[in-house]
Amino acid sequence: MRKFLASTVAASALALMLGMASARAEDTIDPNAKQGGAITITYKDDVATLDPAIGYDWQNWSMIKSLFDGLMDYEPGTTTLKPDLAESYEISPDGKTFTFKLRHGVKFHNGREMIADDVKYSLDRVTNPKTQSPGAGFFGSIKGYDDVAAGKAETLSGVTVVDPYTVKFELTRPDATFLHVMAINFSHVVPKEEVEKYGADFGKHPVGTGAFKLAEWTLGQRIVFERNADYWHKGLPHLDKITFEIGQEPIVALLRLQKGEIDVPGDGIPPAKFQEVMADPEQKARVVEGGQLHTGYVTMNTTMAPFDNVKVRQAVNMALNKARIIQIINGRAVPANQPLPPSMPGYDKEYKGYPYDVAKAKALLAEAGHPDGFETQLFVMNTDPNPRIAQAIQQDLAAIGIKASIQSLAQANVIAAGGDKAGAPMIWSGGMAWIADFPDPSNFYGPILGCAGAVPGGWNWSWYCNKDLDAKAAEADSIVDPAKAGERDKMWSGIYEKVMEDAPWAPVFNEQRFTMKSARMGGADNLYVDPVHIPINYDNVYVKDVQ
Amino acid sequence: MIAYLGRRLIQSALILLGVSLITFALLYLLPADPVRQIAGRSATPQTVENIRQQLGLDQPFIVQYWHYLTKLLSGDLGRSYIQRSEVTELIVSRLPASLLLMLGAILCELLIGLTMGLVAAVKRGTATDQTLMVASFVGVSAPQFVVGLLLLYVFAVRLGWFPIGGYGTWRHLVLPSLTMGILGAGWYARMMRSSMIDVLRQDYMRTARAKGLTRGAILFRHALPNAILPVIAMIGIDIGIFMGGIVVVESVFGWPGIGQLAWQAIQRVDIPIIMGVTLVSAFAIVLGNLLADIVAPFIDPRIKLR
Repeated sequence: MRKFLASTVAASALALMLGMASARAEDTIDPNAKQGGAITITYKDDVATLDPAIGYDWQNWSMIKSLFDGLMDYEPGTTTLKPDLAESYEISPDGKTFTFKLRHGVKFHNGREMIADDVKYSLDRVTNPKTQSPGAGFFGSIKGYDDVAAGKAETLSGVTVVDPYTVKFELTRPDATFLHVMAINFSHVVPKEEVEKYGADFGKHPVGTGAFKLAEWTLGQRIVFERNADYWHKGLPHLDKITFEIGQEPIVALLRLQKGEIDVPGDGIPPAKFQEVMADPEQKARVVEGGQLHTGYVTMNTTMAPFDNVKVRQAVNMALNKARIIQIINGRAVPANQPLPPSMPGYDKEYKGYPYDVAKAKALLAEAGHPDGFETQLFVMNTDPNPRIAQAIQQDLAAIGIKASIQSLAQANVIAAGGDKAGAPMIWSGGMAWIADFPDPSNFYGPILGCAGAVPGGWNWSWYCNKDLDAKAAEADSIVDPAKAGERDKMWSGIYEKVMEDAPWAPVFNEQRFTMKSARMGGADNLYVDPVHIPINYDNVYVKDVQ
Repeated sequence: MIAYLGRRLIQSALILLGVSLITFALLYLLPADPVRQIAGRSATPQTVENIRQQLGLDQPFIVQYWHYLTKLLSGDLGRSYIQRSEVTELIVSRLPASLLLMLGAILCELLIGLTMGLVAAVKRGTATDQTLMVASFVGVSAPQFVVGLLLLYVFAVRLGWFPIGGYGTWRHLVLPSLTMGILGAGWYARMMRSSMIDVLRQDYMRTARAKGLTRGAILFRHALPNAILPVIAMIGIDIGIFMGGIVVVESVFGWPGIGQLAWQAIQRVDIPIIMGVTLVSAFAIVLGNLLADIVAPFIDPRIKLR
């Protein structure tokens, strides 16, 4: 796993250095892939919407990616950016102007050609407060965003249609994450006429440029995707049809997979069955494991005594027996020593972090003036396995004299306590932890470790605010030149190492994703645990039993 | 009769109004903020406020409730916060599945419950009676989640007689109906047993026996029709119990009814759906009780409507 991740990071850095100017998309087709066939995938929860401006769920994230396209995308199964609807792009030397050349002849599912006006319309729509998009905030660096967000303008002044195949973005500040923002679902291109035809019900009648078209949607039961024969990316998708069966409990889905009735249980392996599956060689052979852009951590409120003392926070970091905590979730994670997860660019694999050292932790506590420890509270979300994890943390803390009482509450209450400066001394982030929206190191800083998040109702539950680091973060994000991506990632590694010196968090683990597939499914394993096309890259998987 | 009906209808309307007010108030007091759920964690404070304003959630409680009520009276249940679709459309699309499951469950509970009760009454005091009553007790107390998974495992996974969850054919209907029905069957077995014992003690039973009728004729022609009627009248009241059960059973079996819709809405604080499903369920319960009361005098002439 580690090897794969390292090579991904290297490949991504390399690709960035090469400038990614031309369409290399054709290279990514698996030569062994077979054309045709149908598969069945299950999900427990309803698919709320297939509107790219609104959908933000586990189930619909990659469905939307298969129905729609953005200017940018990622190499299948990786975090490497590549142009998608864009054929090429140019970044101005000051990093504030991005010009995209669009691919010719790309057609929406209704047969009309996609042009630059559609790109502009889609962005005006997603940022318009009337759309109520949960992703509107991602476009904050585009000129004119504030006016649109405040309802003072209908259109983003920073987005210009130069000609039908050229669209120009002007930003208020250099933004190294902008290419990622152009790959996120919220920026995907929609046809105006269809949006206006269906109004608020567009999410139930999606029309995009993607590899699949919506063929059927029986509310609460079934969604059927059909291959888009006119898809601009020749050779994709491989499958003719995907049926999503909705409302299936993960345990039931697993039983059906064992009987050969379905191909992929979309919600993965249910925790209660994990050991049973891994103990059975036949089932284990069908398990796919992958990293995800997730970190689970304990926050310590740096404004509350005794956690305002860095030695206390460092002691907590040394007190946690992460290997034992991971056992509680059946080993479905790797120990974490820094905020970034291993599959994220900028992750420093040389960094050792704080060792598990009870004696040293005790000594640090004594130095901080708490030789006998102290009493505190640990907040945790009340769904399994989080209270059990909190108990393990409680025991580890007790070993160095810290008596933490566990406050096990509903998710909304824990979030409320974290957003209150005097609310929670410690929080275990499980169930609410940060999973990155796009694979960029900056995604783990701003709202959860930066000063901007240390506000009432914010997500920086450590209330950690280091103005120097904020300045460094802004500096790193202004390095827009793809050729300097490696330098930028290094800067971010440095920022997170500084964060760890101040120890506002005790990083605990990075959750691994475990899913299964039927024996007939083909394609590289990383398509089934795609870090971006979450959970599955539908466009690139195939079945082996056709023809 | 007309006056009675009129009075009951007004009562029912008041009950529904009360249910709507209480549910609305509870959801209002909920510590979770639906706007944060809609806006997602990457939203800026401005986005959050925009959405709050558009949904009218910045208004005082009484204004919000009044808006909801006036729209409700014109048949508009609003739009789901998360799915963004009309709540009416979502409920209507799922109602047939729930009704079908309810029918299946009623059939199961009557078939199993009445048979068990009848046999237990006839074999009163024997080991059969005791076994059946213990079984009925287990049926009443077993959690539906466990019963459902157990049935799935035995009859679908091991024996392969029925599909593992899903919806579509009569074979899909059997296991969820059985899971729902087992609970009611326990109650019906107990009620049927006591009702039957009651009837068997009556003078006309002695007369029937004195006339020299066969045991079968006595039981099925004279005793059963009399014993079964008060039990049947309970079906209307059952609807309330079903409404609780479908949330669990539909989730276990992937049955696309309103129970599943309600469960998902609760997890996501999708208030318009929670309100809609609660009101539809309350309506069904009120209607069921009303029907049970209206039908009662026809079944048992000793009951009079006042």
